[in-house]
Amino acid sequence: MAVTIDDVKIKSMKTEDFKDNEYIEKLVEELNATGANVAVGKLDQLINWGIANSLWPLCFGTSCCAIEFMCLGAARYDMARFGFEVARNSPRQADYIMVQGTIVHKMAPALVRLYDQLAEPKYVIACGGCAVSGGPFKKSYCVVDGVDKILPVDVYIPGCPPRPEAMFYGLMQLQRKIKIQKFFGGVNRKEKIKDFFRKHPEDAGEY
Amino acid sequence: MSVKDKISKICPSATFEEGDILLVNVPAKDWRALAEALKHDPELNFDVLTAVVGMDWKETLGVMYYFTATSRNWEMLSVKVAVADRENPYIHTISDLWKVANFQEREVYDFYGIKFINHPDMRRFFLRNDWKGYPLRKDYDKDPKLNPIPENDEKNEDNTVSYVEDPNGVIKPIPSKVFEMHDYVMNIGPQHPSTHGVMRFRVALNGEEVKKIDVVSGYIHRGIEKLCEELGYPQILHFTDRMDYMSAHQNRHCLCMCIEKALGLQVPDRAVVIRTMMDELMRISSHLLAFGCTAMDMGATTAFFYGFREREMVLDIFEKTCGARMSMNYNVIGGVIADLHPDFVKDVKALLAIMPERLKEYHTVFSGNLIAKNRLHVGHLSKEDAINYCITGPSGRGSNWSCDCRKKHPYAAYDRVEFDEVLLDGCDSYARYMVRMKEIEQSCRILEQLVDRIPEGDIRAQVPKIVKLPVGHWYTQVEASRGTFGVYIESDGSKNPYRVHFQSPCFNLVGVMDLCCKGHMIADVITIGAALDFVIPDIDR
Repeated sequence: MAVTIDDVKIKSMKTEDFKDNEYIEKLVEELNATGANVAVGKLDQLINWGIANSLWPLCFGTSCCAIEFMCLGAARYDMARFGFEVARNSPRQADYIMVQGTIVHKMAPALVRLYDQLAEPKYVIACGGCAVSGGPFKKSYCVVDGVDKILPVDVYIPGCPPRPEAMFYGLMQLQRKIKIQKFFGGVNRKEKIKDFFRKHPEDAGEY
Repeated sequence: MSVKDKISKICPSATFEEGDILLVNVPAKDWRALAEALKHDPELNFDVLTAVVGMDWKETLGVMYYFTATSRNWEMLSVKVAVADRENPYIHTISDLWKVANFQEREVYDFYGIKFINHPDMRRFFLRNDWKGYPLRKDYDKDPKLNPIPENDEKNEDNTVSYVEDPNGVIKPIPSKVFEMHDYVMNIGPQHPSTHGVMRFRVALNGEEVKKIDVVSGYIHRGIEKLCEELGYPQILHFTDRMDYMSAHQNRHCLCMCIEKALGLQVPDRAVVIRTMMDELMRISSHLLAFGCTAMDMGATTAFFYGFREREMVLDIFEKTCGARMSMNYNVIGGVIADLHPDFVKDVKALLAIMPERLKEYHTVFSGNLIAKNRLHVGHLSKEDAINYCITGPSGRGSNWSCDCRKKHPYAAYDRVEFDEVLLDGCDSYARYMVRMKEIEQSCRILEQLVDRIPEGDIRAQVPKIVKLPVGHWYTQVEASRGTFGVYIESDGSKNPYRVHFQSPCFNLVGVMDLCCKGHMIADVITIGAALDFVIPDIDR
C-alpha cells in the first residue's frame, strides 16, 4: 500500500493563488508514480512539515539584495511570520543558502565551501538578477553567470533587487517544494566523507 | 605666482592644458620631484589626493592624478604621467606623501600592471593573485579559458614585493612579508555578518589586541569600469545605482552631471530641484540604515527596527515616483526619467513632520546609552590623517575636517538652500555616528526649504538618442552619503566612453581600518567598521 498526495498545502497562501503550479503538479505526479509505503510516507510528511515551517537561512548577501533581505527581517515585512526569522551566520545551523548578489570569481570557491558545510537536507535560492544569470554584470571578466554554474539551485527569484514580496513568494515556493520531497532515501542523502575531502584536499589532513 | 608658473619653475619639462581643471603633463622621470613640491611647497600645498585613475592610451600607459588644495578654496589640479614601456611600466610612488595612494596604486597595478617604485606592498588589490593579464588594458584577452571560475580558494599570500631603484637607475624587486614571522593572524570574512558585506580582513593579534590589519578586497569586484567601455553613455548609468546602493541617487546624479558637463547641457530647473530632493531623501535613508546597522553590530537589535521603520517611509516615496524601492534608475542624462508622483509633497511633509520626534527617540534608545557610548569611543582618526587618507563624508567631518562637497563645489540646488555643515571634533567612532544623526536633521532642513518651492516646467532637457561626447576628459564630484564621490570620463569622440573611473568614498574609508584599529581590541574592529560605514560593492566596483 502506498500513500498518495493530492494537494500541496502551505499555511500562508492558497494553492490557486500561486501563478505557477505546473512544476509542483509534475513533482507530485512523479512522487505518486514511484510511491512510498505508508509508514515511511507518513513519516516523510511529518518531517517535511517541520522543515518547511522552520526554514533557517544562511546570511549570504554580497550586494543590494542583502539590504532588501534586511527589510524582510525588519518589522514591516517580518519574515518571522513564516518561520524564516532565525538568520544564521554559520552554515552548520542553517537549512538553506539564499545567494543575494553577484558572485565573482574570487568569491566562488568560498560560496561552494559554505554550501558544502550546510547540513543535509539543504537548499539553494538564487535571489536577484545577478545570482540568477549574472544580471547586468553578465559580460564582465570576473563574474559568475548565475550561481547554477557552481551550485544546484532550487528556487530562482528574479528582480534587481526583488521586492520583499517577491522574496516571500520564492521562499513559499521552497516551502511547497519541501512539502513533497522524499526525506528518506531522497534529499537526505548523506554526502560521503571521501567525496568531501576529494573536493577540499586542504582539509583532508590525516584522512 | 600662479600655480602654473610655479610648476614650470620646479619642473621645466611640464606642459599644460587649460580646462575647467588645469592639467599638467609630466614625464615619468620628473614626476617624483614635482609630487614632493605639490605636497610640501607652501605656495602649491595640494594636501588632498582626490583621485588616482589608471589609464591605457594604447601607445602609452599612465596615471591621471587629481589633487585638491583645501587652503585655497578647494582649487583642483590634475597631473598626467605616462610611460611608453608596456612590458615593464614603472612610475614612482606617491604613497608616502599621500597615504590614500597606497591602495589606489595597488588598484592601478591590478588593472594595468603599472609597478610603482618604492611602493611598500605591490600586490593585486581586487583580483586573485593567480589572475592572468591586466583586465583594463585595451589589449586584454577576455578568453574565459585563461581565467576560468576557480575551484579552490586563493592561497593566502604572505609574500609581497617592493620595487626599489638603485642610484644607477636599475629597478630591482625586494621581497618582503605582509606579517611578521611569529604573528598570530586571524581571518575575518568574507562571509561575516558584521563586516557590512563581503569584506575580508586578516588581523594580526597580540593577545586580544590588534597589531595589524591586512585588507583583502575584491570579493564583489564586478569589473564595472571595463563594462562601461563597451556600452553607450545612457547604458552605463544603471551601474552607479548598484555600486553604493545606499547612495544610488547621488552616484547617478554625479555621472549624469559629468556627461551633461561634457555635452554642455542645461538641465531644467525642475529637474535640478527634484534631483536635490532625491539626493537628500537618499541620504536620510542611508543614515537611518547606518544607525540601525551600527546598533545591530553591537547587539542592540531594537534600534535596527526603529531605523528601518522610518526608512520604509522614504522607500515608499521612492517607490511611488521612481517605481522601485532600491536601484531606482531615476536620473537620466539631461534630467530625470519621470515626473513626481502627485503624493510626493504630501509624503515628504509627513516624513518631515515625524523625523524630529523620531530622532529624539533614537537618541534615547541608543545614543545616550552608556554601553553604546563606551563602545563607540574608539578608533581615533586625527584631522591630519583624515586629510592625508582623504576620508570625506560623515567620517571626515567627525574628525573636524570641513570637506562637504555641497559647500565646497556647490552643484544642483545646494547654493540656494541654507544648511549647516555638521562638524564634530571627537575624532572617534562616536563622533562619526553623531555626525550622521545630525546630518539627518540638516537633510530635513534642506527638504523643508525645497518641498514647497519645486518649480514647474520640463523634467528633462532634449537629448539626442545617441549620445556622443566630444574628445576630452572630465571630472565631477558630488557629496554621496558616505563622502565625496567622483566620476572621471575620457572620451575619444565615439558613442562609447574610452575610460570611466568611479572614485568611491568607501575605497578610502577601508584604507584607514589598519590605522584606526591598531591597539584596540578585536571586538572594536567591528564597531570601528560599523561607524566608518563602508559599503563593499562601492569599494570593489
